Amino acid sequence: MSQSFPILSLCIWLPILGGLWVIFAGSRVPNSAVRKDALLISIATFVVSLLLFANFDASSSSMQFVEQRAWIQPFDIFYHIGVDGIALPLILLTTFITVLIILAGWEVITDRVNQYMGAFLILEGLMVGVFSAMDAILFYVYWEAMLIPMFLIIGIWGGPNRVYATIKFFLYTFLGSVFMLVALLYLYGQANSFNISDMHDVALSASAQKWIFIAFFLAFAVKVPMWPVHTWLPDAHVEAPTGGSVVLAAIMLKMGGYGFIRFSLPIAPDASMAFDGVMIALSLVAVVYIGFVALAQQDMKKLIAYSSISHMGFVTLGFFIGYKIFANTGNWADAAQAIEGGMVQMISHGFVSGALFLCIGVLYDRVHSREISDYGGVVNVMPTFAAFMMLFVMANAGLPGTSGFVGEFLVLMGAFKASFWIAFLAATTMILGAAYTLWMYKRVMFGVVTSSAVEALSDLNMREAWILGILAAAVLFFGVYPDPLLNMMHVSVEQLVEHIAQSKIN
Amino acid sequence: MVDIGLIIPETTLLVLACGVLMVDVFRSPNAPGVTFWAAVISSLLVLAQLAFYFPDGSYVAFSGQVKIDAMGAVLKAFVMVLSLLSMFYARDYFDKRGEAASEFYLLVLFATLGMVVLISAGSLLTVYLGLELLSLSLYALVALRRDSSTSAEAAMKYFILGAIASGMLLYGMSMLYGVSGTLQLDQLANAVPLIGKGRLLVVFGIVFLVVGIAFKVGVVPFHMWLPDVYQGASTPVTLFIGSAPKLAAFAMTMRLLVEGVPGLAADWQGMLMILAVLSMSLGNIVAIAQTNIKRMLAYSTIAHMGFMLLGIIAATAAGYAASMFYVIVYALMSMGAFGGIILLCNANNDADQLDDFRGLAKRSPWFGFILLVIIFSLAGIPPFAGFWAKWYVLKEIVDAGHVWLAGVGVFFSIIGAYYYLRLMKLMFFDDPTDNSELVATQDLKLVLSVNGLAIFLVGILPGALMAICVVVTLPYSG
Repeated sequence: MSQSFPILSLCIWLPILGGLWVIFAGSRVPNSAVRKDALLISIATFVVSLLLFANFDASSSSMQFVEQRAWIQPFDIFYHIGVDGIALPLILLTTFITVLIILAGWEVITDRVNQYMGAFLILEGLMVGVFSAMDAILFYVYWEAMLIPMFLIIGIWGGPNRVYATIKFFLYTFLGSVFMLVALLYLYGQANSFNISDMHDVALSASAQKWIFIAFFLAFAVKVPMWPVHTWLPDAHVEAPTGGSVVLAAIMLKMGGYGFIRFSLPIAPDASMAFDGVMIALSLVAVVYIGFVALAQQDMKKLIAYSSISHMGFVTLGFFIGYKIFANTGNWADAAQAIEGGMVQMISHGFVSGALFLCIGVLYDRVHSREISDYGGVVNVMPTFAAFMMLFVMANAGLPGTSGFVGEFLVLMGAFKASFWIAFLAATTMILGAAYTLWMYKRVMFGVVTSSAVEALSDLNMREAWILGILAAAVLFFGVYPDPLLNMMHVSVEQLVEHIAQSKIN
Repeated sequence: MVDIGLIIPETTLLVLACGVLMVDVFRSPNAPGVTFWAAVISSLLVLAQLAFYFPDGSYVAFSGQVKIDAMGAVLKAFVMVLSLLSMFYARDYFDKRGEAASEFYLLVLFATLGMVVLISAGSLLTVYLGLELLSLSLYALVALRRDSSTSAEAAMKYFILGAIASGMLLYGMSMLYGVSGTLQLDQLANAVPLIGKGRLLVVFGIVFLVVGIAFKVGVVPFHMWLPDVYQGASTPVTLFIGSAPKLAAFAMTMRLLVEGVPGLAADWQGMLMILAVLSMSLGNIVAIAQTNIKRMLAYSTIAHMGFMLLGIIAATAAGYAASMFYVIVYALMSMGAFGGIILLCNANNDADQLDDFRGLAKRSPWFGFILLVIIFSLAGIPPFAGFWAKWYVLKEIVDAGHVWLAGVGVFFSIIGAYYYLRLMKLMFFDDPTDNSELVATQDLKLVLSVNGLAIFLVGILPGALMAICVVVTLPYSG
């Protein structure tokens, strides 16, 4: 396939325009037709993204599938997109998860189906846009525009306390992002360009870097979310419809991590080095403290939400521990390994958390409760479901052979090279993660059937079995054979590390 | 002869406005539509003339009383378009509410004439002339609802406060005249730097000019009239006051401060900074407490105008371009928001409470979408025009080295986002209390849709409008 065909643009605009079409044309046709159209569009987008994968050259660290067109000429803002080994896995994750989300909402959503499906498709396009934007303003537009469909998804199809949750979600994220905008505008003044790679190269004083780092931190830490700006996440997750929870956990949180490695680290490397102690400390707080918080949850969705924060703590740990590793071993390759670990963790968490939220969705659709205490003995009536959930729970706990293990292991290895105590604290996640997920599993699945609602449960239908089956295959595949993923990102991460190893102060 | 050639659109507007007045006097009482169409056609004619006589440079006419330049022409064109649109909005409202108000179209024409004169002002006197014509028409418009006591109260308040502000402005102008000996803005600009001993008096004069401007723009602490007037006036009048006159106020700021006393930029920058920060904070915070949507939008206007001032504070040509872009986009958004109120109102309900917006998305998905665009645009969320307005102003203020002001601006935007989100919540998440069909003419539906889609389009492709603003403000690069 020739490079000139805009595959990447297709990947962004097919779902956005398709989503608009579903919304506006869908009000006049039956819901079943709307669902089929939405599924077709999402599958088509996934296929297009596979074309990206097939034509991707993993041996090159440069941006590929680059498209550049003048957009806002007076200010040299370009419609400038492209992918590297860091962005591509996330794009594939996005298009993949969206197909499952459309399927997951199939019979469950009956109110304003066209708007629901359309919102998710538009959201998909915007998220792919975030991961592929090479122009800072284009990035910001996608980043912020994403809030609108998500705001509506939680607010319209969410639970009883949805208004509180969605406004909190919106304001939190907005709060972080606007300061990023100021930082980007300041960087424009320095680099005289909104091109992200020009921003990577511009020299900045130590104090400017610190302010920029803080502004970016506000934007990305809220999104990840890092302790102590995580409080929107449990609320948003609990109130969101299943599809919304999945997209939040599986993809949106990854944008924070992506932002750290696309913006914070390469643009402000000296500040990143200066603040790495703080970042590591915050990550460890997320891993350990939030792990304990998860242990105490009574609500399944909340538990998985806290577990997400804890796992994302591992991601930020992997990203920011590089400087400590280098100080200890003098080898940047070790730092690259930790960053790769963080990346793998992001992808894996995308599958695992998405799967767990879907599992909870399966139960919720039948019983309409998320309280752990309302269940017990589900394995007796839903054996297939119990088997699938077992796998995902194990992956969440980081069992070897599942994708959850690979990322955690790589980050832990890096942590050991940096400092024993950091590694020691980080490793408690292996115990805590196992504790809260397995304990939840035990309480929900095992024991005798006590409630009549559980007794009446029916096992997975074909649709649900397919969704969970595909995810299970992905979790196992990347657990046993993570090489394709690692190969894809390796060269790009190496280049990133080279970049962040250089001081920008002059 | 050359001079009169430069003000053909203004002259035409004057003649046509008088003509429409006569039409209204002699038309059959059963045909109120005649006045409307006469006013619409007049506006279209003037608009065509503005396009036809678009100036290729900057000209001064009538011994410096009038200045014709590209920035003025663009602003005048937008003023005409906005006035035209407000007539269409108004027609639907008056039909629904059973209020016969052909005076509205007349007064709008005269107010527009005032704005056009103000925008073309080359001297302090012309500024005052245009301003008074505009203000007097607006006072009358606010008082148009003769049988409503809130309307009368609003008009009274507006008139008294407006008169005080005019007095202040005149006082400031007299000081400048006393020190420099000229009324002409360009001569004033040359004379001011040469003044040695009277400099304090000049700064004092500027303080009063700024007061007059601040009143017209509607920024804290000269904003008191705004919420009452917005609430008290009938909705189409508020819609009109909230749109085109903002452009005129921007032009007035440009003419008086930037053209008149550019040498003292450091002084008026400081004053405007205080006004801007106060407006953004008070406007956004107080808006949260409102239950009447017109009052809420009034406070939102205050906040927006504070934000708009940031571009002028930058005191660079690019900053003025940013403010100009902001004010044009703001006028469109504000018009759309009030258009939403007109869409919802019917014979028994003025729809000026927030609760009237409940469940709009269910009653009409399409207008839910249009209002979504308008409200998120007001909140400054991409990809809508309001985001670019904020973005542009922020960019210029950061470029001018006031990063902290940008920080203040975005901080209050977050607070501001809350009340817009609350409106979104009412429209999208709540069930309608009133399930009746929306009563609106095809005209209104079309105008509101075009208005919303224009905001969307400018949001996706803001480059063209930005380029226009950049080009027309180039002469101010100093």
